[in-house]
Amino acid sequence: MSALGKVVRAGVGRKRVQTLVMVLTTMASVTACVLAVGLLVAARGPYQRSFADQHGAHLNVLYDPAAASPAQLAAAAHAPGVTASAGPYAAVTVQPRAGEDSSIPPPGSPLPAMTLVGRAQDGPLDGLRITMGRWVAGPGEVVFPDGRSPLAVGESLRFPDLPGQPTLKVVGLASSVSWSADGWVAPEQLAGLTAPGTTPAAQYLYRFAHAGTDAELEADHAALAAAVPAGALTRATSYRPAQQEADRTASTFVPFVTAFGVLGLAMSVLIIGVVVSGAVTAATRRIGILKSLGFTPAQVARAYVGQALIPAGIGTALGVLGGNLLAVPVLGIARKALRGGLLGIPLWVDLAVPAAALAAVAGTALVPALRAGRLRTVEALAVGRTAPGGKQAAARRAPGRAPGRAGAAGLLAGVRNAIGRLPVPRSLSLGLASPLNRPGRSATTGAAVVLGTAGVTLCVGLTLSLGLLQDGLEAGRAGEVVVQAPIEGTTKPPERVDEAAVARAIAARPGTRAWYSSVPTPVAVAGNTGRSEVVAFSGDASWSGYQLVSGRWFRGAGEVVVGAAYLRANQAKVGDTVTLTDHGRTTPATITGEVLTTGDFVYVDRATLAPLGGTVAAEAISFRIDLEPGTDAKAYVDALDGAVRPLGLGAEPGERHINIVVLAMNTLAGTLTLLLSVVAGLGVLNTVLLDTRERVHDLGVLKALGMSPRQTVGMVLTSVCGSGLVAGLIGVPIGIAVHHEVMPAMARAAGVGVPDGDLGVFEPAVVGPLILGGLVLALLGAVLPATWAARTRTVTALRTE
Amino acid sequence: MNAPIIRIRGVSKTYDRSAAARPALAGLDLEVRAGEALAVLGRSGSGKSTLLNLIAGLDRPSEGVVEVDGVAVHELGEAALAEYRRRRIGMVFQFFNLLDDLDVEDNVLLPAQLAGMRREPARARAGELLERLGVARHAKAFPGRLSGGERQRVAVARALMNRPPVLLADEPTGALDTASAADVRDLLRGLNEEGQTVVLVTHDTALAEACARRTIELLDGRLVRDTAAAAAPGGAR
Ligand SMILES: Nc1ncnc2c1ncn2[C@@H]1O[C@H](COP(=O)(O)OP(=O)(O)OP(=O)(O)O)[C@@H](O)[C@H]1O
Ligand SMILES: [Mg+2]
Repeated sequence: MSALGKVVRAGVGRKRVQTLVMVLTTMASVTACVLAVGLLVAARGPYQRSFADQHGAHLNVLYDPAAASPAQLAAAAHAPGVTASAGPYAAVTVQPRAGEDSSIPPPGSPLPAMTLVGRAQDGPLDGLRITMGRWVAGPGEVVFPDGRSPLAVGESLRFPDLPGQPTLKVVGLASSVSWSADGWVAPEQLAGLTAPGTTPAAQYLYRFAHAGTDAELEADHAALAAAVPAGALTRATSYRPAQQEADRTASTFVPFVTAFGVLGLAMSVLIIGVVVSGAVTAATRRIGILKSLGFTPAQVARAYVGQALIPAGIGTALGVLGGNLLAVPVLGIARKALRGGLLGIPLWVDLAVPAAALAAVAGTALVPALRAGRLRTVEALAVGRTAPGGKQAAARRAPGRAPGRAGAAGLLAGVRNAIGRLPVPRSLSLGLASPLNRPGRSATTGAAVVLGTAGVTLCVGLTLSLGLLQDGLEAGRAGEVVVQAPIEGTTKPPERVDEAAVARAIAARPGTRAWYSSVPTPVAVAGNTGRSEVVAFSGDASWSGYQLVSGRWFRGAGEVVVGAAYLRANQAKVGDTVTLTDHGRTTPATITGEVLTTGDFVYVDRATLAPLGGTVAAEAISFRIDLEPGTDAKAYVDALDGAVRPLGLGAEPGERHINIVVLAMNTLAGTLTLLLSVVAGLGVLNTVLLDTRERVHDLGVLKALGMSPRQTVGMVLTSVCGSGLVAGLIGVPIGIAVHHEVMPAMARAAGVGVPDGDLGVFEPAVVGPLILGGLVLALLGAVLPATWAARTRTVTALRTE
Repeated sequence: MNAPIIRIRGVSKTYDRSAAARPALAGLDLEVRAGEALAVLGRSGSGKSTLLNLIAGLDRPSEGVVEVDGVAVHELGEAALAEYRRRRIGMVFQFFNLLDDLDVEDNVLLPAQLAGMRREPARARAGELLERLGVARHAKAFPGRLSGGERQRVAVARALMNRPPVLLADEPTGALDTASAADVRDLLRGLNEEGQTVVLVTHDTALAEACARRTIELLDGRLVRDTAAAAAPGGAR
């Protein structure tokens, strides 16, 4: 057996480059798979996992301590169905204002009322995970829930209405799977936050045996209320909103991570197959020698499977490492988007993926190894040798193809001849014909490049579409300048706004290109089962970037556009007529389009509201202004601000939001695409390497006949051009088709439809380069082997048998 | 007498870089005149193929000067060497070195195509050569179907395609039976009689005698016998 071991080790050692390529290929494939499968697992139900990990609570309950004794409250933990409880924690509901150092809400502006709880970071239920900064070290500090924090870490909030006007500094953000509070402070802080004459509430957290549905939660709530004196239970919130939000975001990830995962897996299997079977096939002659020395077929097969498994094993180990390392930043950003839940690659993925990869390697190695083991020794010895004897051409192909396929061989010869007649330099036509030497291998590698190109196409499409979608979703924040009521703690917002005067001021300002105003109204849609907000527009909103999933924007009075939420809640469709009502007055309007928005909005022209009296929430009006190119925005804002101040409004620069979910998706797609491209490129490199290895003698002959290094490089590069181009022509349509499946699926998960314009991102200017992308991918993979081929010493090449 | 077409001065070739390595060629001086037919004899491993490879520009000398047809071969870069081989050297090998996946005509066309010659004149020339070498009827056959002698004829045709001033042959009859060997012998002699310079490496003394008017013998990389020198001492220097 030690002879076998020696043969294996020598085989691995002798072919350094090929061994290295095998290590790299398995590594890149395994990295991609670990990442893709890890993400897939992570994106499926991250909430359930976090809920278990962080001991989430089903109900967060506030009790009035005046209405029940501490013992009575504690006894509620024995109410029917309760399986675990935590508390009591003191809780106060406060009305803070932003501190002087606040950046987003203007300093001093009122913040929404919030319930602050004094507790430790850990507890029997709802363990909090710090996602940024740190936990509170003592009084004067507060930690907000990640994703629902009104302020940034380092900023402060103040309580001008409380005695001593205390301030709290935000020292960290934490994730709570139960959304058990709006913020957490040190327990000793509570006294200072309690208004005179009131007492803090007592918060208890509960888990129940059955809390999967809203009905079960209702029952649980009722059981608690019954367990304490009447009126003691003042408020109960459940984990459901947290769950719904987490799952909604997560489920938008599933379609595209699945797409990339499947692409990556398929491609890895193909490439590992090409690399491994190529390595064994290339060694056929050696196998002949071994057999002539007395190795049995089984020993030979074992030797070659072993020879494939050594580099594959190393590559797999490195790939698992790489996947887990890459997962840190990639999942980190996904975690930000999903607000917790993704804490790395699950262990079983780290075990299952490499096991599958090694099984694939052993499987693909076994087929050619067995075939080589069974090959007649003389044939194996004759392989690759340019010696006299009429059988050589057949023998050379023997390991790959059974003899007796004269028809196929004749066809190949015909194609080869046809290529030889092409009006291109001979070195190039030789290259073009070279995939015919090993059609199976060329086809497999081509398939891998197809998948790589499809992956790149999908990634580009997703990035473009997500960008457009995001523009559409952000349309309500369009404009370089916005005029609205200044949010300052002291000045009261205006009751009435002289809109005509504001409009005149804006129109008169040099640099104004277009503007529109939007304002919430108290108008309702009759019979609406949802809670839509009706927003009225005036001016020209055509430039704002609102996108229509179907239909068209309203054109004046009597028409509305609505979001998907309205259509869903009311089972309505574009073309339906609705009745708008306000203070008992009504007016009909036709739904002319579905607008892209995640909110529940009904947009109307201001003129539509005239029959209803035209009441609007004037203090919430905002004017969005688009500037002429080249206008100094800062100067414009300052000047306009001076003009609208007397009217009770202020001008500010428009804000631009980065959508963390979109960012996370782009990062993921980019990373996975890069990995797929690397795998495809390595596959090409390996194929070309094997081809040139096998044809090194012919290369020597050609060089002896005067083929120059440039011509050699040209020949090797053209050998991949055909498959690269074809791969582009097949891969790009596949990528586009997948994109057209994945994008709407993601949008559905997010609760919106996709406007056609956002799907139709594959314009000729995009598709052209993508098609060439397959070619580029193939050429990149072929460059190294091509230069190696050009550098092979002719004499050495001619000496090789 | 014609001017020397090949000039070799002080050429050494050592394959291993190690200090103890035995040189394959050691300080060789040699001149071959245009139109001459030179046979290189010597035991296996004496450096015959090495010498031929240096003349062909397939390899570089470790030391010394190789000039062929006015070209300083030892100074050329890779691309220039390829150009040089294309234009000035035709090579015939013991094992033919035809490309199995190209038919006979395509094999013969290769040197012309690599040199960028237009297809029609190239085909005319190939047809002419195949005709002359008696293998025209195999033009569309693949080399695997041909006998050894026929293959070597195709190889010679390919070597002559670009009308090289120098034809190099390394044991051209080494893999052939007696009849085919005689065939190739006649062919080479005929070519030389038409003025083709031929350098021939062989073990086959019959071939050497039949084709070459001058014979040299190598031993351990040194020139130990030169019939031209013996006939006219100092004459070939
Ligand atoms: N590429 C090479 N690398 C290392 N050593 C080489 C190489 N080519 C030839 N040699 C060595 O150089 C010496 C001369 O070899 P060469 O091939 O020139 O001999 P030869 O006279 O042609 O022999 P034969 O008659 O067997 O063909 C030999 O000792 C050989 O081992
Ligand atoms: Mg030799």
